[in-house]
Amino acid sequence: MTATESFYHTPSPPGLKGIWAWLLTQDHKRIGLMYLWAVGLWFCIALCCGLLMRVELMSAGRTIMGPEVYNSLFTLHGVIMIFLFVIPAVPSIFGNFFLPIQIGADDVFFPKLNLLSWYLFMLGAFLAVASLFLGEGFPDTGWTFYVPFSLTTDKNVSLTVTAAFILGMSSMLTGLNFITTVHRMRTKGMGWMQMPLFTWSLYATSWVQILATPVLSITLLMVIFERVFAIGLFDPGKGGDPILYQHLFWMYSHPAVYIMILPAMGVISEIIPVFSRKAVFGYKGIVLSSMGIAVAGSLVWAHHMYTSGMSDVAVFVFSLLTFLVAIPTAVKVFSWIATMYKGAIEMTPPLYLALIFIYLFCVGGLTGLVLGSAGTDIHLHDTHFVVAHFHFTMFGGTGFAFFAALHYWWPKMFGIMYNFKKAYIGATLAAVGFIFHYVPMFILGMQGMPRRYYDYLPKFERGNFLAGFGGFLLVIGIILMFYNLLMSFRKRQVAPQDPWGGTTLEWSVPSPPPLHNFVEEPKVKAYPYDFSEVIAQAQNAQAHQESEK
Amino acid sequence: MEKKIDKTGIRIGMWLFLYTEIILFGGLFVLYAAYFHKFPELFAQGGEELNTLVGTVNTVVLLISSFTVAASITALQRGKKGQTIAFLLFSIFCGVVFLINKYFEWSTKFHHDIFPNSETLQNGPDGLNIFFGLYYVITGLHGLHVIIGMILLMVTLTLVMKERVHKDRFQLLENAGLYWHLVDLIWIFVFPLFYLVI
Repeated sequence: MTATESFYHTPSPPGLKGIWAWLLTQDHKRIGLMYLWAVGLWFCIALCCGLLMRVELMSAGRTIMGPEVYNSLFTLHGVIMIFLFVIPAVPSIFGNFFLPIQIGADDVFFPKLNLLSWYLFMLGAFLAVASLFLGEGFPDTGWTFYVPFSLTTDKNVSLTVTAAFILGMSSMLTGLNFITTVHRMRTKGMGWMQMPLFTWSLYATSWVQILATPVLSITLLMVIFERVFAIGLFDPGKGGDPILYQHLFWMYSHPAVYIMILPAMGVISEIIPVFSRKAVFGYKGIVLSSMGIAVAGSLVWAHHMYTSGMSDVAVFVFSLLTFLVAIPTAVKVFSWIATMYKGAIEMTPPLYLALIFIYLFCVGGLTGLVLGSAGTDIHLHDTHFVVAHFHFTMFGGTGFAFFAALHYWWPKMFGIMYNFKKAYIGATLAAVGFIFHYVPMFILGMQGMPRRYYDYLPKFERGNFLAGFGGFLLVIGIILMFYNLLMSFRKRQVAPQDPWGGTTLEWSVPSPPPLHNFVEEPKVKAYPYDFSEVIAQAQNAQAHQESEK
Repeated sequence: MEKKIDKTGIRIGMWLFLYTEIILFGGLFVLYAAYFHKFPELFAQGGEELNTLVGTVNTVVLLISSFTVAASITALQRGKKGQTIAFLLFSIFCGVVFLINKYFEWSTKFHHDIFPNSETLQNGPDGLNIFFGLYYVITGLHGLHVIIGMILLMVTLTLVMKERVHKDRFQLLENAGLYWHLVDLIWIFVFPLFYLVI
């Protein structure tokens, strides 16, 4: 075995052949890839659920399914998308794969725990699906499991909640692992302010995970207790208070929104400087805003509950805090744009997707302010406006950042290059379809169409039809993107070590990386986004070409 | 590839995990606070029905076991295997005593028709129902943690006997000990909330 041989070809440990060499691996790169295939599969399933729902809503009345199937379907779509795709996608796949390489380490600090996280993830996913077929059928509560409905429905809520509990455990362990890795395993000479921004964003995310997830765990446990023992902690008939459930639930689930978006922002912060050939504008600002979002984002949970019956003071305070989160978020967006200003921009599919991210995420963020102010929220609460808003941030944000990350790191992970033209077409179709899909929902919401409803008044029909049409466009675009990436395995076009001119440590190792990540001691730059060498090399190459002519 | 063990890193990981456990119980304490604010008198009435003596005995038992776990770590670091095993066995024994005590306490309550969804609580005032609901949930979850802690100590004990955990590799024992201290710590909060304050 040569030192540069990739981790795909490293000899299996004794007694571990074929599939077991993967299933029992402790290598962070292999675990990252195992997450990739699992998460990708779930994403496709949840995408199908979403599309089916939209087909049902394209015309009023019953189209292809009954109301009960519809209720189960949106719960399934929500649970899978939130717990199995949006939360784990970027940190588990790209975080596992690249965090150790970016800080010049061999592996994460607890490799066995890392493997355990993957198994917990798979167990949770399996239970979530099993609850579909066991008992009285799939839960119809929506992914929030609001009491009292989740306590009284005869569907198999207990099992789904257990699944969510296990998934929370998995994400918590990953967070714990990352924090310890960042603290203890940075290579010699890498100070805190020399860490790549993606690593920084994962670090901030991990803290949110550790801070918030246990609150969800206990809330879900209590739903289980309530269903089994009927204690009445949230049952007003027995002295309990359902609003308390909502507080506890959102105390996790709102910070979870930042678990979803922070790593995505980290990805964008990597991509923008590389393709602008310019040091990222305001490195420290981006770092601080990551931590700022982590802190401020933990204080705003009750903005989901303006209409639930809180005191006016609480509504005011949470509205104000919600607006504060916009500041660090805007710092990031302005930094990205300032980075591109006067940069030598090279257009590639990752940058293209990153730009789509910025656009869609800004729409999502700004409509978030509409919902964050109590006055307008009273009108728009639980309408399709909300649906459109959080899909713009979650899907237009995290989803597209995931696609961008996939296109950015694909050559590094597999050592092969994909077709650019197909990637552009796929991304464009997806983005256009996305806007077509969700903008009508903003209008529907303002007209008063509630979310989660199976049927609607005739006046909403045109908007819903347009949204369904956009949905098809979106799905076709995504399929094209995935098809293009998968086709790269067939037409193996070998990728160079550093196809984009990146400066962070993962581009200094062969693609795909060797088993122990680094063939030689990693050289840490004084500043991670220093492109002077890359530019000098490009200029040399150009001068060389011209002299040959 | 044999690496040097990074003791500090292992400790950081364990402390972060313990932190999540505290937040887990934190959620329940928040509920306690909210409902105490809502039904102060009934919580006081519920508290009087709990047996302070049993609670005190359990507190003492846990504190002693915490001490012996700490002693076992020191013994291991000094290379005294026999002492380590003895201290660990005693700690596990304390855990058993705690659980037996809890069993009798709970079954007395059950005998008096005080348990979740029982008729006395259903027909009684709401606050009392919530108080005992929380009592069972919190002490039950704590009891579960006692059991997990005991399993952890037993696993460590076996590994100490097999010399897989020894003088130069005591991290597992240390972390198991930390977990046991956590179980103790949470009880230190649970005990006054239910037995003493009111």
